[in-house]
Amino acid sequence: MKSDYLADCGNWVLKRFPLAKLWNDHMAHYYAPKNFNFWYFFGSLALLVLVNQIVTGILLTMNYKPDAKLAFDSVEYIMRDVNWGWLIRYMHSTGASAFFIVIYLHMFRGIMYGSFKKPRELIWIFGMLIYVCLMAESFMGYLLPWGQMSFWGAQVIISLFSAIPIVGDELALWIRGDYVISDATLNRFFAFHVIAIPLILIMLVFLHLVALHEVGSNNPDGVEIKESKDPYGVPVDGIPFHPYYTVKDIVGVGVFLFFFATVIFYMPEMGGFFLEPDNFIPADPLATPEHIVPLWYFTPFYAILRAVPDKFAGVIAMGGAIFVLFLLPWLDRGGVKSIRYRGGIYKKALALFVISFIALGYLGTQPVTPTATIFTRIFTAIYFGFFLLMPLYTRWEKTKYVPRRLTKQPTLEERIPDLIKTFDEVTVKKPVQTKEGATVLKRRPDPAGMAKVGKRFVKKLKDSLD
Amino acid sequence: MKKLIITLLLMLPFVVIASEGGIELDDADIDLTDNASLQRGAKSYVTYCLGCHSAKHIRYLRMAYDFDIEEDTVLNEIAPEGAGIYDAMHSAMNAHDAEKWFGINPPDLSLIARSRGADWLYTYLRTFYIDKSKVLGINNALHKDVGMPNPFWQLQGLQQPVFRNISGHETLTMVKMSEPGTMTTEEFNKLVNDLVNFLVYVGEPHQLERQRIGKYVLFYILLFIAIAYFLKKEYWKDIHK
Repeated sequence: MKSDYLADCGNWVLKRFPLAKLWNDHMAHYYAPKNFNFWYFFGSLALLVLVNQIVTGILLTMNYKPDAKLAFDSVEYIMRDVNWGWLIRYMHSTGASAFFIVIYLHMFRGIMYGSFKKPRELIWIFGMLIYVCLMAESFMGYLLPWGQMSFWGAQVIISLFSAIPIVGDELALWIRGDYVISDATLNRFFAFHVIAIPLILIMLVFLHLVALHEVGSNNPDGVEIKESKDPYGVPVDGIPFHPYYTVKDIVGVGVFLFFFATVIFYMPEMGGFFLEPDNFIPADPLATPEHIVPLWYFTPFYAILRAVPDKFAGVIAMGGAIFVLFLLPWLDRGGVKSIRYRGGIYKKALALFVISFIALGYLGTQPVTPTATIFTRIFTAIYFGFFLLMPLYTRWEKTKYVPRRLTKQPTLEERIPDLIKTFDEVTVKKPVQTKEGATVLKRRPDPAGMAKVGKRFVKKLKDSLD
Repeated sequence: MKKLIITLLLMLPFVVIASEGGIELDDADIDLTDNASLQRGAKSYVTYCLGCHSAKHIRYLRMAYDFDIEEDTVLNEIAPEGAGIYDAMHSAMNAHDAEKWFGINPPDLSLIARSRGADWLYTYLRTFYIDKSKVLGINNALHKDVGMPNPFWQLQGLQQPVFRNISGHETLTMVKMSEPGTMTTEEFNKLVNDLVNFLVYVGEPHQLERQRIGKYVLFYILLFIAIAYFLKKEYWKDIHK
């Protein structure tokens, strides 16, 4: 009897709300390619981190005070006197950096496998808008602890607006609500950080997913699975998202949480990259810190800004570095999606791009010296070259034959025997005397084996770049 | 061209890291499980620092919990006369006077270990030297033209600077004892080390608890990964054929 009652309740809802249809359309009968690899974990992880930021953020606002006189102390109050406050704060601060790590890897996946190409241009555009929102969100959030770096970082970035001709100074004043960063700025940044931008962010994530589910996921082969369907209209190379990818993503969540928790519990400052040392000093408008460094996820763009001698041109270059990403679907004129079937030029260009992005990120954390500036300019040129020369080199390059169906690649588990073999090659068993006088065999690194494996790796790398 | 790029990339780390002159940092021996050291450090803080520098984010009660001692012991042996157990470590000096006397309000030191680091503090507190050109007659090798006197001058004694010519610049490389104080160097180093240990504790009183809980969290997550992995394997059996 009881179960009938429950079923009645369920049916009552289902007659009025398409819950079952939504579930089937987006989970149980949503077909995803069966060959997703490591790089496909980061989409669901980004969602996880977003939820983490929202939940911990709500808890933080319960004790945080957006007031220039109280803000810094209220954060310390959370860290010390609020039960589990330290954990919530570290989850939020580590989550911010984790968000960017996950998003950068997610974007790199898209660039590598051509996920931005037709018919997925809109997914890419929505994704880029999410990225821009995320930058605004983290920039405004970073002012809230009201430490020295919060204050001076915001001061430097907002003063960039004053480089715009004619309206610049007025614009910067309007954004700050004062002539310097002040209580007025803190209050409006708080409002944007906790309400305005999160709302936009959630809406964009929704649009990103709706667009994705309309055209379906790309995959490491860049083959459209919808082009080969069985008589029932189900893609032959597709598998239902639920349960296959839900259980798979849960493993990814576990591995991610392991690293996430390691940072939270053992290195929440991450050597000054996640929480900067200078931000443990309360904001002081009269004392400028020696080096004003933005958080690590902005440093590539900060480096580009500093590489250009003219301030306004620098701002244009920095904005351009982000804007050019929006154009990616139309800059790429190549005929294939995945890097597996691209020609050598694109692979090398992508490798150079990754190197220059990381190098710019590093240079952005360093003080300006003449040598560093030269390097920054070279890497800035490579960064823009990757995008702006793309219409040329992707059109010329000779691509490989793309199969009609998905190819089979060894999974992580299937690679384990090979890994063990490689480990055997680089180590050698040597007899060692123990303290008790017994002789045991112990593994020691083997230089000859390492050289051999290294050589093989370099050769493979070289071959894969052609 | 390719070679040039690779060479430039490989050179990068060497050119960008600029070498800094001056003295090197000594290693502080930080052990937050050493309650005796933390208590001695707290006592020294109250005796030598609290006159000017507050540590307003720590309460005496918190110390009693964390050092595993009686509340009365904290009040009688650590806290200054008249402090209550629920009080935070406030300084008796008010900001107005401080500004008049020193030109600056001495900063609160609750988070100094997090902004400066333990080794910096340990070195800084031991490298004051005589400099007649300064108003207070004292300067610091690590924090040039610092606005505070050496609080330990009677204990440590007086030190003279040693300058060396490094590529055309007279650079301060070390300080040398010229007039010993009431403590030997070992005794004094230990006192400063205890004090720095205490400041590291004050910077984040929950850090030991954080590390203790971390083990259980990580263990649980590993367990979770194992179960999730076998679940995934079971479901995917029919896909990998």
